[in-house]
Amino acid sequence: MTHTQKRIVTNKIIMVLSTLSAVIGIGFLLWILSVLVINGVDALSATIFLNEGAPPGNENGGLKHALIGQLLLVSYASLFGVPLGILAGTYLSEYGLKSKLAETIRDISDIMMSAPSIVIGAFVYAIVVAPSGQFSGWAGSIALMIIMLPIILRTTDDMLHLVPSTLREAAFALGAPKYKVIIQVVYRGAKAGVLTGVLLGVARVAGETAPLLFTSFNDNFLNTDMSQPMASLTVTMYNYATSPYEDWQKLGWAAAFILSMFILTLNILGRLFLLKKRGK
Amino acid sequence: MATIVDIATEKALEVKNFEFTYAGADEPNIKKLTMPIAKHSITALIGPSGCGKTTLLRSFNRMHDLYPGNKYDGEILFKEKNILGPKEDLIKLRTQIGMIFQKPTAFPMSIFDNVAYGLRLQGLKNKTELQDRVEKALQDAAIWQEAKERLRHDANGLSGGQQQRLCIARAIAVEPEVLLFDEPTSALDPISTAGIEELVVELRKRVSIIIVTHNMQQAARVSDYTGFMYLGELVELGRTEEIFVTPKERLTEEYITGKFG
Repeated sequence: MTHTQKRIVTNKIIMVLSTLSAVIGIGFLLWILSVLVINGVDALSATIFLNEGAPPGNENGGLKHALIGQLLLVSYASLFGVPLGILAGTYLSEYGLKSKLAETIRDISDIMMSAPSIVIGAFVYAIVVAPSGQFSGWAGSIALMIIMLPIILRTTDDMLHLVPSTLREAAFALGAPKYKVIIQVVYRGAKAGVLTGVLLGVARVAGETAPLLFTSFNDNFLNTDMSQPMASLTVTMYNYATSPYEDWQKLGWAAAFILSMFILTLNILGRLFLLKKRGK
Repeated sequence: MATIVDIATEKALEVKNFEFTYAGADEPNIKKLTMPIAKHSITALIGPSGCGKTTLLRSFNRMHDLYPGNKYDGEILFKEKNILGPKEDLIKLRTQIGMIFQKPTAFPMSIFDNVAYGLRLQGLKNKTELQDRVEKALQDAAIWQEAKERLRHDANGLSGGQQQRLCIARAIAVEPEVLLFDEPTSALDPISTAGIEELVVELRKRVSIIIVTHNMQQAARVSDYTGFMYLGELVELGRTEEIFVTPKERLTEEYITGKFG
């Protein structure tokens, strides 16, 4: 075999191997999605959205309690986590720059981003649930907020950083005070990127189960009182799917399907915003 | 010492024994520089890269203050007052001394809002007045014809040359007394460059202009006075035709004849 032929063969082998790996990876993803869709769509019905949980054997059991609970948990987490994350990211990019404090915050938030979420659940259990003596929606929202915070903080920091410094200088050169430069020029320039960070942060916490087990726990009935234990789609799915009752398992599939679609939508929206930004 | 010609007219700015040191640098980037800037004239600053011309320009509106650790010494007099003082109101100073940058810096907003930006900062809220001043600024910057049909469109949809004229409109809308141009055409094609140069000459009637340029032909074409800087010092300041035809310093002559740079 000549040298050239050898190179052509090696080239083919590498190409086949990498293509195969890609196909295997995507194959699993499609497999998961198809199982979810087949079982989930089958389990979907109007009663799921209208009825609360019911004892096993009762045909009228639904997920209304978990859907509303999930919505409350994620909404309150976002209500506090999103502004906090954006403001902290703004501090890093616009005020802290490369100072020691800013670099330390960046490092800590990177570590927090990869911290196992169950650890954060245990932490919130220790500082909120144990002292107050009960599981509560607030504890769940706090845990989700802590998980969401570093994601939003870092994307905001990165995205604001991408706004050219000449744009800031131009605003300063017109006599703008710093806060106006940030709000009117920098935020505008980074709008799509920051929004993407927010959506990805929310999507990430929407799928969390472990921290909620320790904090908001669960409830088989509708509860909108944040100081009480609260149902979530994820914990409900965990309980129903691991139960021995067939109707509960079916509800578990439905919960999995609804949750996946919600997160998928958030992720796709996030990416669309980013694409729109790049397209400019 | 530098050879400095007598400025016939009033002075817009007066630099006296000015030194500037960047954060962390051992040596000052500009050394004991003294230089008058003529009112209602165009002064070009030329010199090789790193000579300090942009650093000097950015001192006139205290742009260096945006980054911590930079140090000014000496004086820059504007309206008989040293603007380098710690109590100087930078917001007011920057409305009186405007700046145009190397690359166009259109804000991510509509054409109208770009031009209205500085006016709104000054508290102008009256819609008709805002409308009038924006239109006038766009006319003065020779971009009204192209922009009037799409005032509400995103300014980033304009071409590079149009964006630069928009930035000039934005800067003159607040009626500054001095305008600083930092290589305003280095990112533009020849036709847009000619347009900007024409505009700069036109603006001289109303504002005093300082322009930093790498392009010696540009300095020769537009300016009344030219200052040649080298290694952080002013070598020679004179009437432009004299600098380019009969320079008094050997270094100036060598630079403009292309012996170094």
